[in-house]
Amino acid sequence: MELPLLHLALVGTPNSGKTSLFNALTGSRQKVANYPGVTVERKEGFFVTPLGRQVSIVDLPGTYSLRGRSPDEEITRDFVLGKASGEALPDLVLCVADSTNLRLTIRLLLELKRTGRPMILVLNMFDIASRRGISVDVARLAKELGVPVVTSIAVRKGGTADLLALTDEISAKLSAEPAENSWRALSVAELRATQREADRIIADCVSLPARPDTLTSRIDSVVLHPVGGLVVLALILFVMFQAVFAWAQPLMELLNSGFDALGDFVHATLPAGLLQSFLQNGVISGVGSVIVFLPQIIIIFLFILLLEDFGYMARAAFLMDRIMGGAGLHGRAFIPLLSSFACAIPGIMATRVIDNKRDRLTTILIAPLMTCSARIPVYTLIISAFIPAKDVWGFINLQGLVMFGLYAAGITSALVVSFLIKFFMLRDYAPAPFMLELPDYKVPRLKSIAIGIYTRAKMFLQRAGTTIFSMMVLIWFLASFPQPPAGATEPAIDFSLAAIIGKALEPLLAPVGFNWQIAVALIPGMAAREVAVAALGTVYAIEGGKEAAEQIGQVLATKWSLATALSMLAWYIFAPQCASTLAVIRRETGSWTWMAVTFTYMLVLAYAASLLTYNVAVGLGAG
Amino acid sequence: MTDTHDTRRKMPLGLAQRGYTGVIQHLSAGDAGSALSDIELESRLIELGFVEGARVEVLHEGLVGRDPIAVRVDNITIAVRRREAMAIIVA
Repeated sequence: MELPLLHLALVGTPNSGKTSLFNALTGSRQKVANYPGVTVERKEGFFVTPLGRQVSIVDLPGTYSLRGRSPDEEITRDFVLGKASGEALPDLVLCVADSTNLRLTIRLLLELKRTGRPMILVLNMFDIASRRGISVDVARLAKELGVPVVTSIAVRKGGTADLLALTDEISAKLSAEPAENSWRALSVAELRATQREADRIIADCVSLPARPDTLTSRIDSVVLHPVGGLVVLALILFVMFQAVFAWAQPLMELLNSGFDALGDFVHATLPAGLLQSFLQNGVISGVGSVIVFLPQIIIIFLFILLLEDFGYMARAAFLMDRIMGGAGLHGRAFIPLLSSFACAIPGIMATRVIDNKRDRLTTILIAPLMTCSARIPVYTLIISAFIPAKDVWGFINLQGLVMFGLYAAGITSALVVSFLIKFFMLRDYAPAPFMLELPDYKVPRLKSIAIGIYTRAKMFLQRAGTTIFSMMVLIWFLASFPQPPAGATEPAIDFSLAAIIGKALEPLLAPVGFNWQIAVALIPGMAAREVAVAALGTVYAIEGGKEAAEQIGQVLATKWSLATALSMLAWYIFAPQCASTLAVIRRETGSWTWMAVTFTYMLVLAYAASLLTYNVAVGLGAG
Repeated sequence: MTDTHDTRRKMPLGLAQRGYTGVIQHLSAGDAGSALSDIELESRLIELGFVEGARVEVLHEGLVGRDPIAVRVDNITIAVRRREAMAIIVA
């Protein structure tokens, strides 16, 4: 007889190792979506127990209590209570605890018990606890709590065997009777009482060693040093951006030649004509020129996930809290803003960790100023075409230095804008509290990181396959039709719709040094910034033939002045055109106004910066 | 709890220097001047382990205004601004 799918819910405090347990149980069998109506990420995974039971497990947002003071925490509460719309009441709740730090989880568990859901307490990272000399009387703990307790080491192969066996054992005995739910929001006195009860149980069942985690305190004495810590942070960011530029290069060249070979193959196989042009210039050179940036996106996510897993992100927030506070930002905004370096969309979604509405709004408004990975294609292309790859001071790559400068310009302008928002728009601002756990350092879990990178890379490629692909088809169409009249001597593109649109916009963009080809490329760049590169590729490919498509950088170097190139870089520091980011801002702020405000202010900044850059550059003789 | 802690002067954790160690006496959210309501601030402090009798040590301070502070509470480390730490009375 086939048993119905067993529904598990994973609950725990932040930093409890919940996600690594989730990854250990499900591997890559994961589905990431959103809860209906809210923008909280819903992570569901699947696995089969040793006895063959099919299991669905949902990784709920981390929380310290069921009070639900943010949209994420409300989801966790509603899910456990079976009130989340469209969600099944979980058959079994796994409450995950970091074994080295039981206080806060035991308190959460005592509160969870009141919901009446069958539950298991999973003592995760049990190996680290044992190594530190923490010993837990598991049997007694289970008796005191009235909940089965199991130890696990999510990062080790077979480290979840006991948990799987217990899941089988409990699921076989689950009764169909509805369980009593006596949970209601706790008063301060009840909260305090449950914490005392938790502390009493821990005192009875856990013996703590005399020595604390000396490694964490030794690292922190450097990393959290008021001055030294900031130097370390700057170094980490600098290495990150050098790596994005330098490490990715060989892989990108490999991908590039792969797509070129594919284009040549199509060119050689198919007869000359529309289909050949569509496949070679539209599809392969267009989509290919975006996919080439996959290595850089993987590297930036590798750094972000590594730092997060290691436990450094919370430290960065600590170091930056008051410095960002000077610009009217909350320390917690650091993580969303850092994520925005990968993409503003997850960054804006991550602002949900900021519970104060105004702090959150300010962060959302400036998140798109962080240099997202979609700008990397544009920067890389222009830098490699116009900036010589020489070393300055013997060891720093000049191209990397310009890249760093562009990132720095983004960050600086974000801080200035934030300061202006605080000064002009939100004057009656009272600083919201900054309270954050600084978890002990942990060796990053390679499997978790691999799964994280895989998920992001898949999202990027899906985008390349859908949004970017359809935009490329559109661009190719605009650049190819109408066809030139017979006997025309000018390049075919001069007769196309793209040229008509581009030339209509040219007068507006001429003051900043943009030609009509750039004007054409900026339009599809609305869908996704990196499309601008692909669009330039297509426009120049159709204009100049096959040779141009192969080395778009070289083409730009001959067609653009240095002033135009620098102006384009300045434009892209601000570049407001990313329809998905604007859509997320609308959704997260629930307001068209804030979306319009973001678009307008970024457009104005982009135009002003380009105007200034172009004219200064021309004045210095780079025109 | 040792006698030294009973006889030591009570003070808000928000005024403590780096290296200070003590024991939480009580919470007094009204004195903090936080943007949060008293109940909300007190609830959050308790959820992060700031309860009466917990041992605290100020481990690190930020650069600007020696703020925020990293506080060891029993065996975990919490970052908190001095403004909110004013609600935690230690001795």
